[in-house]
Amino acid sequence: MTSTRATSVASTRRVPRGGAPLGVPGGPSGHSPSGHGSSSRGAGRGGRLGRGAAWTVAVVVPLAFLVAFFAYPVAVMVGRGFVVDGHLDLSGFADVFSRPRTWRIVGQTLAQAGVATVLAVLLGVPGAYVLYRHRFAGRGVVRALVTVPFVLPTVVVGVAFRSLLVEGGPLGFLHLDGTFAAIVAALVFFNYSVVVRSVGGLWERLDPRAEQAARALGATPWRALRTVTLPALAPAIVSAASLVFLFSATAFGTVLVLGGLRFGTIETEIWVQTTQFLDLRAASVLSVVQLVVVAGALLVAGRARGRREQALTLAEPDLVVRPLRLRRRAGEPRDDGLALVRGATAVTALVVVLLALPLVNLVVRSLRVGDGWGLDHYVALSTVSGGVTVSVWQAAATSLRTAVDATVLALVVGGLVALVVSRRPRRPVARRAISGLDALFMLPLGVSAVTVGFGFLLSMHEPFGLDLDLRRSPLLVPVAQAVVAVPLVVRTVLPVLRAIDPRLREAAATLGAAPGRVLRTVDGALALRAGGLAVGFAFAASLGEFGATSFLARPDSPTLPVVIFRLIGRPGADSYGRALAASVVLAVLTATVVALCERLRRTGEGGEW
Amino acid sequence: MAGPTSHRRRTRALTLSTALGTALALALTGCSLTSSDEPKPATDATASPDAGATTGGTVTLVTHASFVLSDGLLESFTDETGIDVEVVQPGDAGALVNQLVLTKDAPLGDAVFGIDNSFASRAITEGVLAPYTARGDAAADAAGFAVEGDDDGALTAIDFGDVCLNVDTSWFAEHELAAPTSLDDLTKPEYKDLLVVPNAVTSSPGFAFLLATVGAKGAAWPEYWTALKANGLKVADGWSDAYFTDFSGGGGQGPRPVVLSYASSPPSTVPEGGTEPTTAALLDTCFRQVEYAGVLAGAQNPTGAQALIDFLLSDEVQADIPGSMYMYPVSSAVELPDEWTRFAPLAENPFEVAPAEIAANRDLWLTTWSDTVIG
Repeated sequence: MTSTRATSVASTRRVPRGGAPLGVPGGPSGHSPSGHGSSSRGAGRGGRLGRGAAWTVAVVVPLAFLVAFFAYPVAVMVGRGFVVDGHLDLSGFADVFSRPRTWRIVGQTLAQAGVATVLAVLLGVPGAYVLYRHRFAGRGVVRALVTVPFVLPTVVVGVAFRSLLVEGGPLGFLHLDGTFAAIVAALVFFNYSVVVRSVGGLWERLDPRAEQAARALGATPWRALRTVTLPALAPAIVSAASLVFLFSATAFGTVLVLGGLRFGTIETEIWVQTTQFLDLRAASVLSVVQLVVVAGALLVAGRARGRREQALTLAEPDLVVRPLRLRRRAGEPRDDGLALVRGATAVTALVVVLLALPLVNLVVRSLRVGDGWGLDHYVALSTVSGGVTVSVWQAAATSLRTAVDATVLALVVGGLVALVVSRRPRRPVARRAISGLDALFMLPLGVSAVTVGFGFLLSMHEPFGLDLDLRRSPLLVPVAQAVVAVPLVVRTVLPVLRAIDPRLREAAATLGAAPGRVLRTVDGALALRAGGLAVGFAFAASLGEFGATSFLARPDSPTLPVVIFRLIGRPGADSYGRALAASVVLAVLTATVVALCERLRRTGEGGEW
Repeated sequence: MAGPTSHRRRTRALTLSTALGTALALALTGCSLTSSDEPKPATDATASPDAGATTGGTVTLVTHASFVLSDGLLESFTDETGIDVEVVQPGDAGALVNQLVLTKDAPLGDAVFGIDNSFASRAITEGVLAPYTARGDAAADAAGFAVEGDDDGALTAIDFGDVCLNVDTSWFAEHELAAPTSLDDLTKPEYKDLLVVPNAVTSSPGFAFLLATVGAKGAAWPEYWTALKANGLKVADGWSDAYFTDFSGGGGQGPRPVVLSYASSPPSTVPEGGTEPTTAALLDTCFRQVEYAGVLAGAQNPTGAQALIDFLLSDEVQADIPGSMYMYPVSSAVELPDEWTRFAPLAENPFEVAPAEIAANRDLWLTTWSDTVIG
């Protein structure tokens, strides 16, 4: 049993420190051809039954969660638009599609999300390389910093971003205010960390020997990167790209604040039709269109990912991650890839500066008191006045508590999904079912928060005939946040789980480990290490969630984004200053939590176990 | 593989499981929303229907995101009547009525506050309200604001305010330019590129200003907006975006000195140590917004809802409204804050559009506005 543990990391212990490659990477002398493990050895009939039951639970629990808190509310809401007086009425399709506006909106959605995704990937991959493959002083701070934009409420991004771009502002000379470029920039600002974190999570444990082998055989650093490393990272890159696309395609506040309705997307149009015109027919048709776009994107991503997925040899980050060096030592060869490192570092430094600009702008503005400077707005955070019934600190505590609940929920559900989806059954039907399950759990990111939020209002009164009104339950807020956080957990953990060489599991089984033990020692050990990233991600998503939550928030315990929204809705330099100070608190809170999660991850590692 | 390292391994495994265990324990005990300081169980919302003023019980108030009263006021209602108040705020003012319409069959609560005159007709005709004639201190004043055609008394006026253009007086003084005073001034070349307003489709004050122009220009309002646009009008997404980012006098040091806001905004711009506000409302550009309350049809606690509406008209709540919600109370008996009487006068002749006319044309006007201004 100790030996199974050893085998799971055996290969990684032998990674040479920068020396010549040791030949073909592999697990313990692959004696069993992949796909034909004798994994059931030693398990009797009862064991097999128990295993079946365990897998069934692992599928049913997340599915039930998704159906109850996502599919059902959305179906109820969309159904409202298609059922008129008890009859199915699909005339809305013809109607909505005959409006030229609809096509413009679909085009704008695709254009904005597409361009933002490409840019986020192009900038994020070098970022992942620098921030996860290298070590340097202050790396933790930079990693936490790039996550902050992800959670800032859009009203604040409006202030942070637009006050830079507005005529007369520090970047006013660029004339970007209210342009397509400004929206795309903001979408990249939000989603950069998604790429960096999901790609970095795999890259930092990618065994460098394959690349080293290519280099030893004479490939240039660029060629080795292109033909060996990037293909190995492709699943994580595609994963990240699909997340960014979904986030961008459903961005709502950002688009409205920065571009207005001129750059309206499917999401903003659903919001307008639902909350302003109460035209549920149009809203439902648009929801279906959104679903089709999202499903199409997921299908493309799934295909691209499936083709490239391969078992990878994973290694300890400690052995893979190198100090960041930008200068060549005397006597080192010229083609050592320094140009790549320098290039990636330059790009990343530039991106980090650009990301920091709006954040610095926010901090500077929060310190502005009258014509001078001071901490007055921060002092005022502990007071209860000016339109909010709790102090900012109380709201922060509520936010943290809600986020803890949401994160635990998301980890349980997302962990189970990732585990199930990481299996590669031999039967094609089962394979298809699994990729379907994978896509299904991504949908919450691609469906309008208005549809989900209104769906909750419509469906959570006596849901499924139960005699309780969940709409006003404090439980519903973390549940709504968890629905959004689950895909993030799945996408973070899954690339690592899928990259596990099946031979590791088989080796463990051959050596006598029961199936549960294999799962724990092989999958569990590796998944836990990705877990820290996933926790940070889920926590951040929950802290910043303001879509569906804003339809649910209970006023006696408002979350921090809700309080910020209320403060900034009142006139006076004082409420404005307090709102900005509260936003800085939210940003610091997020950065701290993310940094702590990375720490937790590191204490958990360190050695083999 | 046994030996000294196996001990180390166990310690590490232990560290991690302890950490995770602690997180889980935190979630399950002190840290969770659902376990600590949650005085009422979730099922409290389904309080028995016969709970009334005499038996205590709970009344649920559905309202918009801007509703707030000073700390302790709602508690004093509970002390007087024995009824607990639960406040539900499912979104902003614009979405409120639509949410009520959608949840008509299973109402979100017992009473509603925050339906304004631009949505009043829709709320009444959709039948989301039950009639009630309020008896609070300011009931007679409230009757003066009754919605035309609301013969059953579905809605009770609680407060009102004027949505008006605001100017940054110090900006105009600095630039030695006389501040504009009327809607027509804003289409003049000397005021080019100076005005910012929130989007009429996405913001309720933005829509109120559209109504002001409808009231002022009649059928010719789209031409007025075309002229505004030609004169460099800027449309921001929401009120805060316009007031804090684009407006020069809101504290955010934006570039534009004319913004759409409220007649009650100027008192907030009295600088520290100063005596006069740095902004002023243009009282000839206003639309009057009235906010109503009502009992929801199908309420589980209708008597509680009625008591709550009376309470909203009581002198203590009416006196609290200016400070907490930036609106004028309907009551003529309570005293306004000193800086309001000095710096936040109401418009004498605000523009008016009948609620029924608004309900009939709302979608058309918004679409026309959007086509004219946004393109």
